[in-house]
Amino acid sequence: MNGGHDLGGMHGLGPIDPEPEREEPVFHAEWERRAFALNLATGFLGKWNIDQGRHARERQHPADYLRNSYYENWLAGLETLLVESGLVSEEELHTAMPLGKAEDVRVLEAKNVEAALAKGGPATVDIQLEPRFGPGDNVRVVNIHPDGHTRAPRYARGKIGTVELDQGVHIFADKNAHGTKEGQRLYSVQFDGSELWGADGNSLDLVRIDLWEPHLEPV
Amino acid sequence: MGHSHDHDHTDPPNDLELRVKALESLLVEKGLVDPAALDALIDTYEHKVGPRNGAKVVAKAWSEPDYKAWLLEDATEAIASLGFTGRQGEHMMAVENTPSLHNVVVCTLCSCYPWPVLGLPPVWYKAAPYRSRVVADPRGVLREFGTELPEDMKVRVWDSTAEMRYLVMPMRPDGTEDWTAGRLETLVTRNSMIGVEVASSPEAGES
Repeated sequence: MNGGHDLGGMHGLGPIDPEPEREEPVFHAEWERRAFALNLATGFLGKWNIDQGRHARERQHPADYLRNSYYENWLAGLETLLVESGLVSEEELHTAMPLGKAEDVRVLEAKNVEAALAKGGPATVDIQLEPRFGPGDNVRVVNIHPDGHTRAPRYARGKIGTVELDQGVHIFADKNAHGTKEGQRLYSVQFDGSELWGADGNSLDLVRIDLWEPHLEPV
Repeated sequence: MGHSHDHDHTDPPNDLELRVKALESLLVEKGLVDPAALDALIDTYEHKVGPRNGAKVVAKAWSEPDYKAWLLEDATEAIASLGFTGRQGEHMMAVENTPSLHNVVVCTLCSCYPWPVLGLPPVWYKAAPYRSRVVADPRGVLREFGTELPEDMKVRVWDSTAEMRYLVMPMRPDGTEDWTAGRLETLVTRNSMIGVEVASSPEAGES
């Protein structure tokens, strides 16, 4: 979707204003700690995947997405996921009063946190798929504007790049965000700045984007 | 420091404190989260997993040519050999800076970042100004970090649009030829492993 999250190339968002590295805390407020941990812990319930999580955040009104701080967006996304998955009702969310206990859930326990994080969740899919492209091939990013989730950023659509690496078969995020687990080949595709930005770009500035095979067409 | 983001999340108690507290108690009462697990998750990323992990990887690669070759060939395994694995680092690539090529990492669509080696990302990495501009004007963005690149040096920006996670291997600073890996680690800043800065010089001091 062409939402408020798809920021590459947008103007007017201000200076970077980095906090000095040695002074920056991991979290800036107690609620950020809790919002972060609630997101991770509920993710382990297995009711949604990482791409559904991203899509829940990016479906907000673009003005809200851009105005919110980072963990506010995480919080908004989590509230959406909880209601859509049926874990929490709208009424419970608004009143903060539970109307019943959850059933048939496997809750992440403190003693399992370390192992669960260390294990992670690989995105590769163990299937054989003939690659349509190989390193050195010129490809064009398809000109798509789905109203659902896509990881083909707007600034690259219609642009020509070169396949540099074949990263194997990965879960295709565009479908996974809508509940369909499908493997597609992932490529690291390189674009130069003058292709992406015309006369306002610099041909010595290169951009690598990870794109799945359905995002690409031969040139 | 007058950072523009300070005002909306550092003055508790506010609406967000209350909203998150209410959500947490609701989820705890419904039996959907274990509060002790929340504490453990926070403790992990606040105190255990952070950019010192990445610094160990880079310093070892600077010191041991075999390890560097392995890191560039199969970063996931080479990094796992030091004990850094898991969430948001399942598929790692190390990208090497050279005198003719500088690498920098972003996620224009969200906030993808290699957690096992760098911990959670800084605020600026997740914020709109960096995400919007670094793919179009990387040199201008780096200048805001005090990093000036030679005009004829190529810049390669890695937009993390899938589950590949990138660790920049900065160039080893001059004047460190006789340094041990342990001492070299002190020159490897978080920002140098994202690629917005170069590694600290020996004169600039050890972190």
